[in-house]
Amino acid sequence: MKPTVGIPRALLYYEFFPLWNTFLKSLGVSTCVSPCTNKRILANGLKNSVDEACLPIKLAMGHVIELCGKVDYIFLPRIVSVAPREYICPKFLGFPDMVRNAVPNVPKLIDANIDLYHPRSKAQKNLHEIGKLFCSNPMRINRAHKTACQSLISYKKLLQENILPEAAMEIMACKEIVFKNKHSKYDSNGPTIALIGHSYNIYDQHISMDIIGRLKKLGVNVVTAETLPEEIVRQGATILPKKLFWTLGQQSIGSAIHYLSDPAISGIILVSSFGCGPDALTGELIERYIHRTRTIPFLKLTLDEHTGEAGVITRLEAFLDMVYWKAG
Amino acid sequence: MKVTFPHMGYLWISLKAMLEYLGVEVQEPPPTTKKTLILGSKHAPEFACLPLKLNLGNFMEAAEIGADTILMAGGCGPCRFGYYAQVEYDILQDLGYKYQLVVVEPPEKHISEFLARIRYITGGRPWWQVINAIRFGYMKARVVDDLEKLAQWRRPREITPGSTDQAFSSALQLIIKAGHPRDIPKAKLQGTHLMNQVQVDERKPVVKIGIVGEIYTLLEPFTNLDVERHLGRMGAEVNRSICLSEWINDHLFMGLIKGTRSSKEARRAAPPYLNHFVGGHGQESVGSTVLYAKQGYDGVIQLLPFTCMPEIVAQSILPGVSADLDIPVLTLVVDEQSGDAGTITRLEAFIDLLNRKYQQKEVLA
Repeated sequence: MKPTVGIPRALLYYEFFPLWNTFLKSLGVSTCVSPCTNKRILANGLKNSVDEACLPIKLAMGHVIELCGKVDYIFLPRIVSVAPREYICPKFLGFPDMVRNAVPNVPKLIDANIDLYHPRSKAQKNLHEIGKLFCSNPMRINRAHKTACQSLISYKKLLQENILPEAAMEIMACKEIVFKNKHSKYDSNGPTIALIGHSYNIYDQHISMDIIGRLKKLGVNVVTAETLPEEIVRQGATILPKKLFWTLGQQSIGSAIHYLSDPAISGIILVSSFGCGPDALTGELIERYIHRTRTIPFLKLTLDEHTGEAGVITRLEAFLDMVYWKAG
Repeated sequence: MKVTFPHMGYLWISLKAMLEYLGVEVQEPPPTTKKTLILGSKHAPEFACLPLKLNLGNFMEAAEIGADTILMAGGCGPCRFGYYAQVEYDILQDLGYKYQLVVVEPPEKHISEFLARIRYITGGRPWWQVINAIRFGYMKARVVDDLEKLAQWRRPREITPGSTDQAFSSALQLIIKAGHPRDIPKAKLQGTHLMNQVQVDERKPVVKIGIVGEIYTLLEPFTNLDVERHLGRMGAEVNRSICLSEWINDHLFMGLIKGTRSSKEARRAAPPYLNHFVGGHGQESVGSTVLYAKQGYDGVIQLLPFTCMPEIVAQSILPGVSADLDIPVLTLVVDEQSGDAGTITRLEAFIDLLNRKYQQKEVLA
């Protein structure tokens, strides 16, 4: 029987899921993704993490628990670094060990290191470690790696068309190509807002309180870091006096700086989660930079596990009032 | 140029000695107090960790008494400390402070960068003098650490409460006054003599507690609410997993000086609980707890500033270590809201628990 590998719908899922999924499927493994975040998943995550952990980690813990008992393996690579001389975050580095300690009857974890910190290390080698679990033929693993990379590239292209991650994954699953023509980059005539934040915060409908959907309903176009090509984001981050060593922080700062210089953008919303370490510093740098360079409506939203929607709605509405008022 | 640097425990004694030996004018910040904390946390980002807030407060207070150049260490992550200098400098600039910033980064591209920064501070001094200065600073750190260890042993056993701390602060003065490397051995001898004169009851039963956690919180008594002294007065002998001289030897001398404890052992003891480094001292905290348990300590206290990322990983893993190796672990998280009374109550409760366990062990034996 084919083994089943569970993939939690959390953390870097929104960045790399097509790569992981294609890779595993090409090796003849069936995959199972945890359902969209709901109250139960969040509550389980909160119960099984230390209080001080940040919201995304607690949420990921909930997703892992959701998969327990349903799958043979849980795909939880230790993502140390995805770019040379950069890290993700200490908590990503320790997450597999945190899970092992918090969830007693967790299925076997696939926790091979993904570590591209040294400029000469190769992603292929890291994936080989994982592939070896399911397949003894190195050629087949190589082929799987190639198709996986291809699907990541086409996924990133769809994101740059301003299609949301979940929709993009669906398109890739049905191989629908006509879709492109239906959607233009901007689907309303309203102002365009840049939404800056980590993908696992802004694209998770439950914890972000569907901020993208709400903004769209209010007649606003939303662009994010994912709608920009990586080179532009990295270019934006070069204004820093010292290269930032967090990949996700680079994304936030680079995209914020790029959108700040784009006259088509009428406002910036910065979303971070309670207890996020890197964001405490990068958010500060972004805020100070914006204040110094341009008067643009700016909103900083911090997400936590509380579920009151009213506060978020009020702040979004007030922010949009400001945007409209500035536009005259 | 008047150079200042952030406080971290007794780091200033070594740094000041080193810089003044090179003829650099130094203005260390006033000792860290509540005022420092209020100044820092007012202007720092809310979720930044406590050390950043205190650094900022230190710089603001140092500027008032004439400092104009900041000497800071850098880093390459993933701990936030590596970006402290840049963020703090940004905030200080927005507040209108006129500081020069010199960040000594670990040499990543080329060693020349690193040497150029040191050159900037030291001016045209010959390299052998710079090396001598670094040695001088290290010697002071080592003596201070030795004195601290004596104090940690004597505090729970002292007959007159407070006599150890009195002797320790007079001994410290001797070290601070030593102005040349050749004065150090004599100062050390006198200091040790002072410490040895404290009357103790050697047969008093004491519980042994290991302290692990984030380096700044461990080394700066203001941040950890003087936890070492409180524990000592409650009758606990304390051992700290990180000492300044060991840290210098590990990170600046790359372990050149043999015969001292090294953080390598701690990292090696961390698997299978924590199998990868997580930045900061996260892996060392887990490993040191394992080592303390094996060395027969009665309990371990973990100290961390609120939102410290590496230590949160360690905190999540320590309950497993504690259950496996049967060693009680207390985690204390500190931030600008921390208060004395709450901490002391928790420490007392923890010591009660350890004493109970200790007595049970005695009965069973």
